[in-house]
Amino acid sequence: MKSLIPALLLIFCLAVVSLFVGVSDVSLWSVLNGTADQRQVMILLASRVPRTIALLLAGSGIAIAGMILQMLARNRFVEPSTTGTVESAGLGMLVVLLLAPDMPVMAKMLVAAVFALAGTGMFLAVLRAIPLRSVLMVPLVGIMLGGMISAVTTFFAYRFDLFQSMGAWANGDFSAVLRGRYETLWVAFALTIAAYIAADRFTVAGMGEEFSTNLGLNYRRIMAIGLVIVSMVTASVVVTAGVVPFLGLIVPNIVSMAMGDNLRKSLPWIGICGAGLILACDIVGRTINAPFEIPVGTVLGIIGSLFFLYLLLRRQSRVA
Amino acid sequence: MIGISGVSKSYGQTVVIDDVSLTLPKGGLTSIIGPNGAGKSTLMSMIARLLPIDRGTVMVDGLDVALTAGDALAKRLSILRQDNHLAARLTVSDLVSFGRYPYSKGRLTDEDRGHIERALTYLGLDELKHRFLDELSGGQRQRAFVAMVLAQDTDYMLFDEPLNNLDIRHAVAMMKLLRDAAKDLGKTVVVVLHDINFASCYSDHIVVMRRGRLFRQGVPEEIIREEILIETYETDFKVRDMDGNRIATFY
Ligand SMILES: Nc1ncnc2c1ncn2[C@@H]1O[C@H](COP(=O)(O)OP(=O)(O)OP(=O)(O)O)[C@@H](O)[C@H]1O
Ligand SMILES: [Mg+2]
Repeated sequence: MKSLIPALLLIFCLAVVSLFVGVSDVSLWSVLNGTADQRQVMILLASRVPRTIALLLAGSGIAIAGMILQMLARNRFVEPSTTGTVESAGLGMLVVLLLAPDMPVMAKMLVAAVFALAGTGMFLAVLRAIPLRSVLMVPLVGIMLGGMISAVTTFFAYRFDLFQSMGAWANGDFSAVLRGRYETLWVAFALTIAAYIAADRFTVAGMGEEFSTNLGLNYRRIMAIGLVIVSMVTASVVVTAGVVPFLGLIVPNIVSMAMGDNLRKSLPWIGICGAGLILACDIVGRTINAPFEIPVGTVLGIIGSLFFLYLLLRRQSRVA
Repeated sequence: MIGISGVSKSYGQTVVIDDVSLTLPKGGLTSIIGPNGAGKSTLMSMIARLLPIDRGTVMVDGLDVALTAGDALAKRLSILRQDNHLAARLTVSDLVSFGRYPYSKGRLTDEDRGHIERALTYLGLDELKHRFLDELSGGQRQRAFVAMVLAQDTDYMLFDEPLNNLDIRHAVAMMKLLRDAAKDLGKTVVVVLHDINFASCYSDHIVVMRRGRLFRQGVPEEIIREEILIETYETDFKVRDMDGNRIATFY
């Protein structure tokens, strides 16, 4: 637990950097010695601080959701964007745009969460119905399911001329996060705390239904709780910033390699590393091609796909 | 006492457990033997409520396993299955700690820690306790799983082929450990065994399953007999008395 402190300090430094990177020039120094003008303080409070907080909450939330999903599906290769969760949340957003575009953000998030829940539940039901021989089939099934759901979304988005608005969330981007538009992410944060409280249950569930039953854990109930957490966290991130791919895959796998899957020990690390990775990717995306921004979803997409390949190749070499 | 009455199980059209009624006395070590596919694991899983029972009931100390709350039963009865594969990456001591989950729900007390340490020591895992399960040999992993069940410290302990992957020294140690648990701690231990001579030397009671049915049951002297073994396994056997034990040879 003690070694968490340096890690937290590192996150804090990244967060400070994140606050002072951007097109408009706001410097840490001018804020500290009071020479910053009103416009600069305004930018900091209305845009930079919300963006950084949103990144922290989304990063830790998605990483933890990814880990829980891996325990529930008992598969290392799944995360919200390979289980149909993200795509279902997107479909939910489309439904909101079509039927009740003026809903408050929180209500939008809840609708998206209900869709995400249904989609992820369907994925897990498929896994139960067809026991898969290969671990790689599991994410493939999820990606196929997600593809089907997003095809439906695309079809209706075209029909109703909503393609522009739907396109915006397809790639995670925190540049539009403003005060008043990211607060649903606190729901994700509350749920990650809940996940930590139930950490031992998720670890037991990760040992499988028979182990759980032997230890007196109600397997179905913990599956349901896990599904709700994963769906709500994913939906709140998708509604706020869009799809953040691969984060829920990379972070849990790295932490698992280093310290195993006893979630009581590893969940805090997963949260911290998730926040750190997304902050770092966001900073890279904002500086590498300044003054233009590369969305964090794109940066993560590149890093994540490389990491995914590494995981696959590593597995091959261990089997061989 | 475990009371099994009229239990049946089918998969589709295939009946794999056919109307089995059986009483396993409280205390002592009972071995279940029988050829592959006889239904030993299926029966054991139904006793431990891991598999739904199609027909019939299983009562453990007067509690119907199908109706009793899962967490209450987890403090009375534990099971180690035949194949254990974990997707989660846990250390040996993590795994054994989860044996205490029914009592502590994750918040370990000193008493829990005592059980965990003892289980690790009994199974000779002190040196290995910080290793990950996927970094162990098959036999070491098997011992870790047994230690977990031991830490669960229930009155009834079911082990499906606990000698899997164990070398001779560890197999003997395991059987002694289980017998001592029955004798000294008053546990009721039920094991599925393929090694007939272990069953013969260590059991108080032997149950023979064949083709989904209860074939014979009794004390070792009644069961370890040439005609019964030949009929059970459809293989030639010779049974000798050695140092007061009945030993079967079958080459
Ligand atoms: N899920 C299942 N679906 C269909 N048939 C099954 C299933 N599980 C077990 N069976 C069948 O039930 C029968 C009993 O299986 P069981 O595992 O109980 O045998 P066993 O006595 O434990 O054998 P072994 O000594 O090989 O462990 C076997 O014929 C098996 O093929
Ligand atoms: Mg078996």
